Amino acid sequence: MSRVPLLGHASLDDIFAYLPAGPTTVRRFLATASALAKRLPAGRHFLNLCQDRYRFSVGLAAGLLDGRTSLQPASQSVETLRQIQRQHADVFCLCDGAFDSLDLPRVDFPDLSALGLEAVAGIPDIPGELVAVTVYTSGSTGLPMAHDKSWGALVRNARAEASRLGLLDGARHTIVGTVPAQHMYGFESTVLLAMHGNSPFWSGKPFYPQDIVCALQAVPRPRLLVTTPFHLGTLLAADVELPTLDRLLSATAPLSRELAAAAEARLAAPLEEIYGCTESGQLASRRLLMDAAWLPLDGVCLERDGDRIIASGGHIEGRVPLADALELLPDGRFMLLGRNTDLISIAGKRSSLAYLDHQIRAIPGVVDGAFFQPDEASPQAIVRLCAFAVAPELSERQLLARLRQRVDAVFLPRPLFRVESLPRNNTGKLPRAKLQALYESLRQKPRHAPR
Amino acid sequence: MSQDTSPLADDVLLAEVAELIVSALNLDLNPSEIEPDAPLFGEGLGLDSIDVLEIALVVSKRYGFQLRSDNDDNLRIFSSLRNLAAYIARQRTK
Repeated sequence: MSRVPLLGHASLDDIFAYLPAGPTTVRRFLATASALAKRLPAGRHFLNLCQDRYRFSVGLAAGLLDGRTSLQPASQSVETLRQIQRQHADVFCLCDGAFDSLDLPRVDFPDLSALGLEAVAGIPDIPGELVAVTVYTSGSTGLPMAHDKSWGALVRNARAEASRLGLLDGARHTIVGTVPAQHMYGFESTVLLAMHGNSPFWSGKPFYPQDIVCALQAVPRPRLLVTTPFHLGTLLAADVELPTLDRLLSATAPLSRELAAAAEARLAAPLEEIYGCTESGQLASRRLLMDAAWLPLDGVCLERDGDRIIASGGHIEGRVPLADALELLPDGRFMLLGRNTDLISIAGKRSSLAYLDHQIRAIPGVVDGAFFQPDEASPQAIVRLCAFAVAPELSERQLLARLRQRVDAVFLPRPLFRVESLPRNNTGKLPRAKLQALYESLRQKPRHAPR
Repeated sequence: MSQDTSPLADDVLLAEVAELIVSALNLDLNPSEIEPDAPLFGEGLGLDSIDVLEIALVVSKRYGFQLRSDNDDNLRIFSSLRNLAAYIARQRTK
């Protein structure tokens, strides 16, 4: 069995993270993780719901020390928690704030600040094959689909990303992330980069533009902002004075050239993007203003197999078919032609139309229903979904309340149209063009009913 | 949590902020339909964190201050139209 270190640091006295109280060392991180591990219940699976990036990372490490798997669903809705509970009867929640954990066993992050650090002898090794994390995609059947990530593969992914971004040698960058630690991109590009990419992070998750300013001010240069097109667009639109930034990283949706140019001009830092998917992990990077083509991470191989592109090599476990349309270039780079239209990504959260359709149709009282993504894009690449429902007995408010139990708030339809029937064709399919026409006709009508 | 001793938002500001929310988010409803004490998130208007950032942006431009989330006030500020308007009344510089 291969052994892979928990952390890539050279010294126990290296800085692991920056907290509001000041920097914290690898030594303290290890002592805290080891103390937390002793307080966790026997279950082998846990939902790490810590909002604070440092506490999340301590929780992850505590789990790894005893061979536990961290479950990281795309949404934390009641329905998702129930499904996870059905699949893993031993699951417990690790929380650091208000979260409705239903009747699941729960551990609230304890105060471990008074710990002695003498017992820390070195950086422990973790079995490389251990399923460290299970991430979920929405699947097409209404059930989330689990993807297991071994600790060895996650570390190889993090090192490939850090190497590509030039973080492994030279000055140590400090990461400020606007994305949550639980979601794949935030997990890879903040938590794993701190553990294996030579880049301590700021423990908070700044939300408002002014929060980002304060977080950047609290950490030393060089600074790397890990963000999304949406957060970046909001930051640029805000009238705030930004501290010096040295690097920018964006993912979840491709940047527009306009936003990339505005960001590099205003922030005077190179803006790089990462492309990947939950199934494969990170695949490639680019700096749009230099080159629109994507360069695969070291070792990653992309090849065409009929209609599909298959990713393999490097940190990728097995051969993973990709959902997106790619044009492979002779030199190994590729152009991203379009994302799979069924996949929906909003502010770092992912779902699919098939999954959402299943959820709305599963509501008692809904005769038929469908989600739809209209053909209009805002400059910040934020799409809002709408939905049609045939549900004569339910009010719009009731429908939304029931959907909210099933799907993450960012996917709730805006608006939700109640209709008499859906424009299904004679094979029962819902052609996109017909949904677009229905959307446009309903959109014209003034609707002033309470939502 | 300290007692709220600042000026309460008046009806004019309440209506103005309701209008701001509806136009910023492109909502399909009349501003007067937003109930001042109903939750903006979840069961009420059903807003999410993306909406909050968009509202924060227009609020900061219109009223001349930046929102911060360094404490739990954030949840309280956006808990209802009335609380948001009251917060704006306390923080505004224009």
